[in-house]
Amino acid sequence: MSAARFYNSELRLVLLRRRNLLLLAVTAIFPLIIGIALRLAAPHPDGGNGGGPAFFSQVAGNGVFLTFIALSTLLILVLPVVVAVVAGDSVAGEAGYGTLRYLLAVPAGRARLLAVKYGVIVTFGLCATFIVSVVALLAGTVLFPVGPVTLLSGTTVSLADGLLRLLFVTLYVAAAMAALGAIGLAISTLTEHAIGAIAAVMILVVTSEVLDNVPQLAAIGPYLPTHWWLSFDALLRAPADTATLLHGLLSFGVYAVLSGSFAWARFTSADITS
Amino acid sequence: MQPPSPATSPLTTTAISTSERTKRFRGGQLAVDHIDLAVPPGAVYGFLGPNGSGKTTTIRMLLGLAFPTSGSAALLGVPMPDGATRVLHRVGSLVEGPAFYPFLTGTANLARYDAADRTADPATARARIEGALDRVGLLAAAGKRYRHYSLGMKQRLAIAAGLLQPRDLIILDEPTNGLDPQGTREVRALIRQIAADGITVFVSSHLLAEVEQICTHVGVMRTGRLVFQGSLTELRHTGAARVTVRTADPEAAAKVLAGLDLADPQATSGEASAVLGGVSPEQICAELVHAGIGVRGFAVTSPSLEDLFVGLTGEGFDVSG
Repeated sequence: MSAARFYNSELRLVLLRRRNLLLLAVTAIFPLIIGIALRLAAPHPDGGNGGGPAFFSQVAGNGVFLTFIALSTLLILVLPVVVAVVAGDSVAGEAGYGTLRYLLAVPAGRARLLAVKYGVIVTFGLCATFIVSVVALLAGTVLFPVGPVTLLSGTTVSLADGLLRLLFVTLYVAAAMAALGAIGLAISTLTEHAIGAIAAVMILVVTSEVLDNVPQLAAIGPYLPTHWWLSFDALLRAPADTATLLHGLLSFGVYAVLSGSFAWARFTSADITS
Repeated sequence: MQPPSPATSPLTTTAISTSERTKRFRGGQLAVDHIDLAVPPGAVYGFLGPNGSGKTTTIRMLLGLAFPTSGSAALLGVPMPDGATRVLHRVGSLVEGPAFYPFLTGTANLARYDAADRTADPATARARIEGALDRVGLLAAAGKRYRHYSLGMKQRLAIAAGLLQPRDLIILDEPTNGLDPQGTREVRALIRQIAADGITVFVSSHLLAEVEQICTHVGVMRTGRLVFQGSLTELRHTGAARVTVRTADPEAAAKVLAGLDLADPQATSGEASAVLGGVSPEQICAELVHAGIGVRGFAVTSPSLEDLFVGLTGEGFDVSG
């Protein structure tokens, strides 16, 4: 009961920030831009065969694919930025304002504060991911024909099945963002400078993505935090590649637990000097 | 180990007690050095010392924000920092200046802190927030964003946050810091009101005048050590009275004073003085006359509170206010 009230207060605080609303607006605009660009570039419904991931060429035939294109494009930078801003700001921002000492003197409880912060980070990441999917789906429906979905494995499934797979893809991406959020929360407990924490999260993401693309480092690839993010295309096969999905979810879980433990150990033992 | 468990009734429990409380920073600097605080319930306790003497670090430890290196402490009889979540809701605090969200209104800021309190009843939140704002005279500015508040309003909002719930103890760290004389008077009046309600007040300051006007008890810090603790009356009694003789021959007068076994005899131009001790002024006067010294003036003076503080804390203490 009291935890729900604290969570609501925290969520409202995050959602009332103009900066955060702007970020959500940006995640909504990108799928529109991508959709329009693809519509202009692919005038022939069954002709286009451009570059990019396997499903890029399919959007002209089925608007549902705009969602997968939007998610995979925004996962490279935009969604991580959105999560990094809220997660990096979570504890460091309070420390910067000085409100952290008052929250703890209330007393909010250190572990409880951390749990509420993380709950809101996950919620915000989930919102951003669903905004991308929903806007892309609407734009795809308007800009392209929509019908039974031909999967990457060649099988064609009903539109309802396709939309169900879209839901799982969105949840998978949200899980990836939840793991990133835990990393951001941990980094946020280390500093009083929100901008520094946000930058650190982004540097981590970009470094991981770069290392993941160096062939000579293929051995460490699977252990990088961003490696499994785009593996959601495993859901676009029949049967779904569950082994890959489970690997991905395991990776997210391990990163979330390790980062969460670190954040807890650090935050429950550190002197609040802000 | 905890100190002997105090009585359980909140009325008889020491509001704040620490034993050998010590804080050494990671760099090795000893910020708080074995201090034994004892704040009686109902007191207005002035925690005095120059800037950098360890007051704020002590307060941060009291509130569980900083962890001690050693020693023990209890707030309202509950050991800290382990009991933080059990006792802090009975303690209002202002630490190192007010801190709120600049983009929220006064009301929304108080609602934020109230929402974080698991013991706060959401059904009464509105009434309690309005009551607290009313008490510090901020009702008219309740809907204004915090970033547009004046310094005095910010300070009062912080005190309002400390009054959101019924409290047994209020800890205020430099509550008049940076305020103009009008703001200082307002905060001082507020502290008097809070104390009049029977709430124990622990207020830190580097301003003597402030403490002298509102406090019943004082603790004096100097470089991390508690060099005095007691009532203001007790502090006044620690000052040794001096006898001062105005005369044309201070050297000879000082010799007479020394001959009477008075401590610290001094001779300056036109004056001789010494610590009075147990000797009666009448006897000194008689001895001076007996020694043939022309006495132009004779006075017994007790040191001012100001002199006592400077004596306790050394230079750097802002006595003028």
